[in-house]
Amino acid sequence: MTSSADPILALAGIRKRFGAVVVADGIDLAVRHGEALGILGPNGAGKTTLFGMVTGNVRPDAGTVTFESRDVTALSPARRCRLGMARSFQVPQPFSGLTVFENLVTAAAFGAGEHESATYDRCAEILERCGLLPLANSRAGTLRLLDRKRLELARALATKPRLLLLDEVAGGLTERECETLVTLIRDLRNTGMTVVWIEHVLHALTAVADRVVVLHGGRLIAEGTATEVVRHPAVAEVYMGIPMDA
Amino acid sequence: MEWANAIIQGILLGGLYGLFAAGLSLIFGVMRLVNIAHGDLIVLAAYLALVATQTLGLDPLASLLIVVPAMALIGYALQRLLLNRTLGDDLLPPLLVTFGLSIIIQNGLLEIFSADSRRLQAGALETAALPLAGLSIGLLPLLQFGVAVAAIAGLQLLSWRTPLGRAFRATADDPEVARLMGLDNRHVFALAMALSLAIVALAGVFLALRTNFDPAIGPARLIFGFEAVIIGGLGSLWGTLAGGILLGVAQSIGAQIDPGWQILAGHLLFLAVLAIRPQGLFPRLAA
Repeated sequence: MTSSADPILALAGIRKRFGAVVVADGIDLAVRHGEALGILGPNGAGKTTLFGMVTGNVRPDAGTVTFESRDVTALSPARRCRLGMARSFQVPQPFSGLTVFENLVTAAAFGAGEHESATYDRCAEILERCGLLPLANSRAGTLRLLDRKRLELARALATKPRLLLLDEVAGGLTERECETLVTLIRDLRNTGMTVVWIEHVLHALTAVADRVVVLHGGRLIAEGTATEVVRHPAVAEVYMGIPMDA
Repeated sequence: MEWANAIIQGILLGGLYGLFAAGLSLIFGVMRLVNIAHGDLIVLAAYLALVATQTLGLDPLASLLIVVPAMALIGYALQRLLLNRTLGDDLLPPLLVTFGLSIIIQNGLLEIFSADSRRLQAGALETAALPLAGLSIGLLPLLQFGVAVAAIAGLQLLSWRTPLGRAFRATADDPEVARLMGLDNRHVFALAMALSLAIVALAGVFLALRTNFDPAIGPARLIFGFEAVIIGGLGSLWGTLAGGILLGVAQSIGAQIDPGWQILAGHLLFLAVLAIRPQGLFPRLAA
């Protein structure tokens, strides 16, 4: 049985290498129910690959992924989605030939396993919440960047996730646009959804995350609140090139 | 009058070519798979119908009740067990595997049924005709055309109005993301192949009612299917039907000029379209 004390997501001993590049070198990480966890790390640190291993697109060389006390390491991405996890992509990847509404309905019907007509109201509600309702019947391929990012989030929400993985949703947005998105994510969080968020835009992350971990060279090198983490000597070394013993 | 007759016969024949092409177009659209064995699968369906009519004493049209589900089942299994493993960034493996499949089907049919030419008998329906303004339109070609139009309309409806159609389109757009949204690619692809071969079954039975067939005629049916798809424009189902009709009309006008020119005229039309309008006559509007 799942109790709320168990982590919603647990990674244990995750290892992955692509040729000579080690992107995960024994990662252990537990995410609590309802937590908002931020993941920081320089480019190429393996953050996106880590998401891939959580959602099942990327198979780890070793280690296990546990979701709500169930070992999902061998399950397909589709199965994992139906169990209640969803992700957004750094570069938005809408189904460009489908309309915005169809994107959501498809995700809702297959991701949440509901009858399509039963999902219309919920999808419209999500679109409204994400500010996409006026664009519901536009073809997704025609949207501008902010709307694509919103759609990315909306489509993930349509699958009814309990664990939401966000990959750099704030990147490339203006300050105002970013603020709108942060408010939206914070609201989601307040409804009890667990959020894991990879982000370079630090203040966006700080505004939402309870806890931040830093990934570098396939290892978690620091953990704490956002303020603690940026002051951490190992993090300063990675980001600023200041040696740890200086 | 002879010319009018040739054109009408061509249009009706074109319906059959539209059926050849629709299944081909569907799976290319959903999974970028070029099925070289498509023509041989049409012939396989024809032989299944032959067996059903001979052993169960069924009427050829009634045999569709068996052949259509049987072919759909074969399609699902084929995709699940074999073709899914060949799909990836490279277009070549599915081409090679379906080419091999084409050879296996041809030789398997040859082994079982010999090279003798066969035909499905439809009894009185074969000669029944409707008089129309001095012309006589065969009931069977008319029925075949009607089935082709209904099949294409059904596919169109499925593709734009149902969850399965959305799943096809979403998976075609981005299979990787589709998986993350709870769509099981392997299952979606297998359903697409099942549907494709259900249409192949229709095509096979009507082909066998219309003309003699033997194990070696598959590849030429594949070519007609390809030509109809290209003439009509990739990605458009009604375009595919129109392509089939144009091909049929070209062939029957060619035959009217000289019986030896039938096939040639179709190929010439195809080459002309490729040269003048390579995107096809009715391509789906891009986003």
